[in-house]
Formats: sequence, structure tokens, C-alpha cells
Amino acid sequence: MDPASFLHASRVVIVAGKGGVGKTTVTAALARMAAREGLSTLVLEVEGKSGIAGLFGKPGLVYDEAVLAPAGGGAAEIRGRTLTPDDALLEYLEDHGLKRVSKRLVATGAMDVVATAAPGIKDILLLGKVKQLERAGQAGAVAPDGTAPADLIVLDAPAAGHAITFLLSARALLDAVRVGPVSTQARDVLELLTDPRRCQVVLVTLPEETPVNELVETAFHLEDRVGVSLGPVVVNGVYPVLDDLQADPEAAAAAAGTTLGPGEVTALAAAARFRAVRQRLQADQLVRLADALPLPQLQLPFLFRSDLGPADVDLLADALRDAVQAAPTASRSTG
Amino acid sequence: MSGERSLSQLVAEQSVIVCAGSGGVGKTTTAAVLALEAARQGRRAVVVTIDPAKRLADTLGIASLSNQAARIEGRWAGELWALMLDTKSTFDDLVTTYANDRGQAQRILENRFYRNISGALSGTQEYMAGEKLYELHELGAETPEGTRARFDLVVVDTPPTRNALDFLDASRRLTAFLDHRVYRMLMAPTRAYMRAVNVAAQAFLRSVGRVVGGEVLDDALAFFSAFEGMEDGFRARADRVQALLGASGTSFVLVASPRRDTVEEAAYFAGKLLATDLSVAGLVVNRMHPRFGAGAPGADRARAATLAGTTIGTLYANLADFHDMADGEERHLAGLAASVAPAPMVRVPFLAEDVHDLGTLEQVARHLFGR
Repeated sequence: MDPASFLHASRVVIVAGKGGVGKTTVTAALARMAAREGLSTLVLEVEGKSGIAGLFGKPGLVYDEAVLAPAGGGAAEIRGRTLTPDDALLEYLEDHGLKRVSKRLVATGAMDVVATAAPGIKDILLLGKVKQLERAGQAGAVAPDGTAPADLIVLDAPAAGHAITFLLSARALLDAVRVGPVSTQARDVLELLTDPRRCQVVLVTLPEETPVNELVETAFHLEDRVGVSLGPVVVNGVYPVLDDLQADPEAAAAAAGTTLGPGEVTALAAAARFRAVRQRLQADQLVRLADALPLPQLQLPFLFRSDLGPADVDLLADALRDAVQAAPTASRSTG
Repeated sequence: MSGERSLSQLVAEQSVIVCAGSGGVGKTTTAAVLALEAARQGRRAVVVTIDPAKRLADTLGIASLSNQAARIEGRWAGELWALMLDTKSTFDDLVTTYANDRGQAQRILENRFYRNISGALSGTQEYMAGEKLYELHELGAETPEGTRARFDLVVVDTPPTRNALDFLDASRRLTAFLDHRVYRMLMAPTRAYMRAVNVAAQAFLRSVGRVVGGEVLDDALAFFSAFEGMEDGFRARADRVQALLGASGTSFVLVASPRRDTVEEAAYFAGKLLATDLSVAGLVVNRMHPRFGAGAPGADRARAATLAGTTIGTLYANLADFHDMADGEERHLAGLAASVAPAPMVRVPFLAEDVHDLGTLEQVARHLFGR
């Protein structure tokens, strides 16, 4: 797949998956990859505390757009902002002249009543905000502070189960509410979600049994019940394959003309054995995933670092680009 | 003060263990292993799961949502039971219990707004987990002879919420939501002290009605109207659930992985527990990378560099990778161990396979209980 084509395929990419699989890391890598291709990118964090700003060496995201990585060296700008369902509801009410009472209504719990009366309303309004940002991009409108809208919007979706309800909310609400501004919102949101030229969902997993199971389930669910277009699947944390793990350390040392210190034979052999077992386990899961889902698989390497920073995001952006290049062109129809 | 007890002692002595922590860290597995250990010790234990992986659910015999605990056959001295929480049914049971009559219960159960609550109001699942815990603790489960026997230990898996505290906060939020004051404020502009708010609230309702669709708010008002009179019963029940969470026989076991975000979440939760006079009785850190040896950081990396291109060089590089990873993970955990001390912190490494059957659960048990 040509990286540029992949990045230009949809204006909005929703990165989704179970908790703990590395959605936020993938969001950052994707944004970096896009910026390098010259697409200015807006990263949206939905649940708060995603830690994505840290991956760019910045303190946390806030409600207003902030620069995560400035343009330069051929790369476009990456900006980020946080957008929560509560913010979206409050903003919607303010737009409808209810700002003065909205805070008090939150405090008294009336807002919870509204959100419960129309389940999914917060998610719809949040997606409606995304739609607004996406539309602004299409129109080429310039913001009051002079910034041009981003070429690409990458949304770091809520974890797992919630991602399905998050994306299902539009359909669910349309069942409950037939007319009115909110149902129009819901319809617009569904149009966005089901148009591959405007939106695709990139699912992320780890090469482990339970995450793969859940990804496959989520993929079918999203296609059947929401009708979203699924982009390639990203498999995070794949151990780079090493070939010599079965070698006897003492023999290998002798072959290289060196000797091993006390205890090193045991340590080297144990580490190699563990790596070999994890590699095999992962390889099995990658095959399972490929068998279960006819979507291109983009594999990202496990980085043996417990804390990831901007340099790691760069590495992963490169790996992502290589993986996209090597992947077969998606067979999804764009009709 | 339960801080100094080992996990094995907790399982032997406590009547409730709550497993809390971020999603994706192996909370459900940990909860199952704790309950299994109690059964091995000869106790009658039950584990309440929220969203177990399919194969673990199969092992525990809870392949589908069932709000009744079912017993798992196995070779242990005591009993192991399990259930997968059905939030909606648990709520329905509560309504039926506290309604004044069948008619009131029916009106509520059939109300569309009520049916939305489980899914739409955050914290409901957490509250129902606490409610189910209370029910199992008080009432136990039916024996084959048809009598009820209480459980010696109830282990609760908590929902994988981003904010692990939602579990502690849940009863307060739900009872606040169900409080007749909200209804009164929305409906009856007769209380003078509420008038100003009521006028605004009425205006809000009208606007929202236009925006959202009049019939959904009618459902809401019908629900609150039908619910009138039940708030006190619900609140009293919630108070009893909270009391159970704070009882000396209840322990909180935090579950984390060495990732920065889950560690931060666990530390945050430990801090909040402390603030409410509850304490962390144990911390389980899953998915640890083993270190393999006491080599100085960097030494193996340097060796790998000088031996680059050879097989032994590859083996050294691999060893160095694990040193780096394990050392980094330990750094993340340093502060956490201190924040839960003197409660024990137990590390569980990556296992060779996915944990979903009794054999692999036993492997985890060996690490948790130091066998």
C-alpha cells in the first residue's frame, strides 16, 4: 500500500482497541507518520489521561488545540486536544443558549438525567464535534487564531467495549429519537462513520490470545452493527524475530573466540528460551488473526523500553510506514 | 490492620476481597486465582467476574451471562463458585425487592428511561458489582440440598474503568441520581428555596425536550414518578454495601502491570483508599518481564556491541534487552511498593501461554502464593 494513499484515504482515522494494547502509542506513531508525509495532523484524545502528550515530550492535552510537534524539516505540524463526552454535551448546550444554567444543572445531576434519557447522547455530540472538525477541514476554513484545519484527524478512541458502544451510539439514539437537532446530529455522525472517504477505524491489538479474540469480535461487531470502514489492523509489541535463540551459549562463545563469565551461560540461555517461547506464541497469534480477519496487518516492533518518548515514536512511525508500504492494498470497497 | 498479611493469609482469613485496577492488567485472572486458592484451602469461595475472556469464562463454567453463581467441579477441599455479573438483572432484582408492590416494580421495569440507566449512567455497573458482592456475602448461594449457605469468601473483579475509583464512588453517584430531590427539582416548582433553580430547570427541560425529543423526557419523568418512595430503601441498601466495603473483613487487592499508566492508576487508587481509611492489602503486578541474571546494566549491551554479527552477540543483545526492560519496569514500581507498604507486592511474570485454564491459573497461583 502506498503510504501517501493510505494517509489520504480518509480524513478521520479512529484508533480503537481493548485497554492496554497501545492505542495511544499507535495514535502518536500514525500522527508522526502523517506529518512526515506532509499532512498536518490533529490528535484527539477522548478519555483524558491518555498520556499521548508525553509521547511528544509535552505536558497533558487541554481542551484547546495545542502544538505537539511543530512543522519543520519537511514534516507538517501535529496538534492535539482533549475532548470529553461531558465537554461535548456542555458545548452543545452552550451553543443552544443554555450556558448560564448548564454548570448548575451538572451540579444538581439534571445533566445525568438528560444523558440517561437519551443514551449515547454524549458520544454522539462528541463524534459530532469530530464531524465539525472534519467538515472544517474539507471547507478549508481558517480558525480565529489563523490556524488552518488539519489535513488528518486521528482519534484515540475509548478502550474496547466502550469503543463499540461509542460508535454504536448513533444508531441506538436514532432508534429512540426520531426528529430534532440531536437526531440530525446522529444521522450526520453515522454518515461520517460509514463513509470510507471520510472515516476509517484502525483496530489495534497485541499478539496475544485474548486481545486477538477481542479484536476479531470487535471488528465483526463494528462492521455489522455500525457499518464503519475498517482500515488495516495494527499489531503492537511484536518481538523482532531473532534466529539464533536455540544456540548453546558456550559453543557460540567459543565460535566467536570469547569466554563467558560465571552465571552467564544460565542467564543467556534462559533469556533466549523465554524470547523463543514468546516469539512462537506471538507468531501463532499473528496467524490466527490473519485467518480470522481478511484485513492487512501492520506489525509494530516491541521496543525493550518501559517508557516511550518522542524518539521511540519516530522509530515506530518509520516502522508503521514500512509496514504500510509492504502491506497489500486493502480489498475494502470504497463505494 | 491488614497490611502485613501475605496474599495467602488474606485468602484464608478475609470474607471479601475486591480486585481493583486498570483494564488489561489481568484483574479477572487474579480474582479467579484468589478464589481458587481459597477453595484449595477448604473454604467456600465465589468469584464475581465482569467481562471475562471467553476461554476463562469457559473454564469457570460461566459461558454466558448468569446472575446466579454456579459451582465449578474440581479437586479441591472447599468449593469454588463463579458468576459473570449481569448489571441489568441485578438492578431489576433490587427494584423488585424494594418496590412497595408488584405494580410499582412493573412500572419501573418496563420504563424506557429505567432501561437506559444501566448502559447510560456511568457507575451503574460498578454499583451493581458492589450490590452483587453484598448479596452473595449476606445470602450465599443454594446448595444442592436446596438450602442456602453463605460463602466464606467473595472475590470481586471490578469493571475495567479508566478511573478505578468509580467502584468506591458508585453507590454515592447512583443514590444521588435516584434521589427524589432531582425529581422534585425538575418537576415541582413549589419549594420556595428551589424556585430560582426550578425556573431555570424548567426552561432547560423545555429546550432539551425540543432538542432531544419530548417523549424521552416523559419517560424520565415517569420513571422518577414511579420510583417515588423507593429512594430510602435504595439508599439504606447502598449504605450497607458501603459498610461492607469498609468492614474489617474486606480487603482491597490492587492489580497493575509495570506500564506507567497502570502503575499511576494503582498509586492513585491506593492514595484514595487511604484517604477513606480503607487500605490496600496487597498489590499484584502482572506481565513482568523477567530479568535473567544480575548483570550490570549496560555491561551486556557493551558485550553485544563488541560481538556484533555473531550468534553469541545476538544472545547478549537479547539478554541486554531484558535487563533494560526489567530495570525500567522496576523503576516504575519503586514508588508503588512504597505507597502500599506494608502490604505485600507480588510480581507475576509473563507466562508461556495465555492464562485461561486450571493449569495456567495454577501457574499464576504459584507466583501469587510463593509456592
